[in-house]
Amino acid sequence: MKDGGWIHQRSNGTGKLRVAVIDYGAGNLVSIDQALKAVGGDPFFVREADELEQAEALVVPGVGAAAPAMSRLERRRLVEPIRQWIFHGRPYLGICLGLQLLFETSDEDGAETMGILAGRTSRIEDAPTLPHIGWNQVERRRRHALFDGIAENADFYFVHSYAGVPEGITGDAAILGETTHGCRFVSAIDRGNVLGVQFHPERSGADGIRLLANFVRWATALAAGSGAQFAPMGAGGTGGGD
Amino acid sequence: MLRRRVIPCLDVADGRVVKGRRFVDLVDEGDPAEMAARYAGEGADELVFLDITAAPERRGTLLDAVERTARRAFIPLTVGGGVRSVTEMRDVLRAGADKVSLNTAAVAEPTLISRCAARFGRQAVVVSIDARASSAGVEPRFEVVVKGGREPTSLDAIEWAERAVDLGAGELLVTSIDRDGTQSGFDVALLRAISARVNVPVIASGGAGGPADFVAAVMDGGADAVLAASIFHREQVSIEAVKAAMAAAGLPVRLARAA
Repeated sequence: MKDGGWIHQRSNGTGKLRVAVIDYGAGNLVSIDQALKAVGGDPFFVREADELEQAEALVVPGVGAAAPAMSRLERRRLVEPIRQWIFHGRPYLGICLGLQLLFETSDEDGAETMGILAGRTSRIEDAPTLPHIGWNQVERRRRHALFDGIAENADFYFVHSYAGVPEGITGDAAILGETTHGCRFVSAIDRGNVLGVQFHPERSGADGIRLLANFVRWATALAAGSGAQFAPMGAGGTGGGD
Repeated sequence: MLRRRVIPCLDVADGRVVKGRRFVDLVDEGDPAEMAARYAGEGADELVFLDITAAPERRGTLLDAVERTARRAFIPLTVGGGVRSVTEMRDVLRAGADKVSLNTAAVAEPTLISRCAARFGRQAVVVSIDARASSAGVEPRFEVVVKGGREPTSLDAIEWAERAVDLGAGELLVTSIDRDGTQSGFDVALLRAISARVNVPVIASGGAGGPADFVAAVMDGGADAVLAASIFHREQVSIEAVKAAMAAAGLPVRLARAA
């Protein structure tokens, strides 16, 4: 009976990927909930660490400033569990603030963030308007399953003033896509089991839905163990020694 | 390159889309979520709901409409009309809005802008400015009006725009009350005066009649986005036609792909 069939025996009994969406009071969660449902995921909101036990994939959404977000995450004792999740090589998608929080610090308010990726979050330079609000393109540096079936010139919806600046060789290697608004900034990252997008796929129409469907497929494979070839983030630390 | 946005605006009363002269002779036009999904399919880059529900106790129907819309249309939604506190803004965001626009309450209590921005980030705070030309002169002057355009404030619209941005507005929705409903084109002078003084995105509103008006609001007025209501609802002009005109004028627009 060892046919790998346990993939279909998920804890919810539906065969759908259980996606924990961290709820820390950082804005609209209805869209991401609905979008994940639309692509065949089984999302649920997590406010406390023990609720993560049910999860097979983790999405950290959010908009706004880093310091209040970190303090809300800390108050709910979620920071360390999220870090552990990532270090154990489990699938993670950070959206907007959920990407920025992966870095070490934020220039916005000096907040110390999760420190998963070497680098910091800083203000977009030379931008004609800030916040950067609206639809813009993501220039991909390389192929990744996250963008499968999405046209090269597809637009995604952004709403932010700050963006992550990866540092070092591993930081540079993590860059998956860049976007131009004044200067170029990093709009998508990929580091093994950790994905992050600066735009909002849940608000980016058909292409955004496609991207989330790709995430669910990718995370399902990773959660099922076929992602063994992925080097978990924990192995390389936070990019030290670059 | 950042696209110039085309935004349909829906007036919502008691959870239904209504048509009429502002606040009077309202005619039921349909379900907000239905119409939002239709506009999203037609290439709308974003949506604005303007809640004109008269009775505060009926606000629950707005939140329900916002949530149903967020579950139908995967494009950004801004909700305005009657938001007076951080708590009310939180409720609207939790229901599924991405941004909230503040108008009369922000004029009465400007710190509302900074409090909302501190709590939710400035990108979620749109300050809506209704303005009308106030006097003839070498330099055009514009006065802020509130309560749906009925009450003058003696505030200078350009100064108020700058102050709102200083306080934390992440975007300005600028409506010419003189042009609203006239279909005689956006007030380009008003837009230019404001967009030249602030670096946040400016959404042009009031006066759209045809595709060329949208082009002028961006090219001459410096607007980042253009908003209209009735001409879209009456199917007088399509979003596609507006975008085609903008593209022909060399403006970057998002050409939507079918879902």
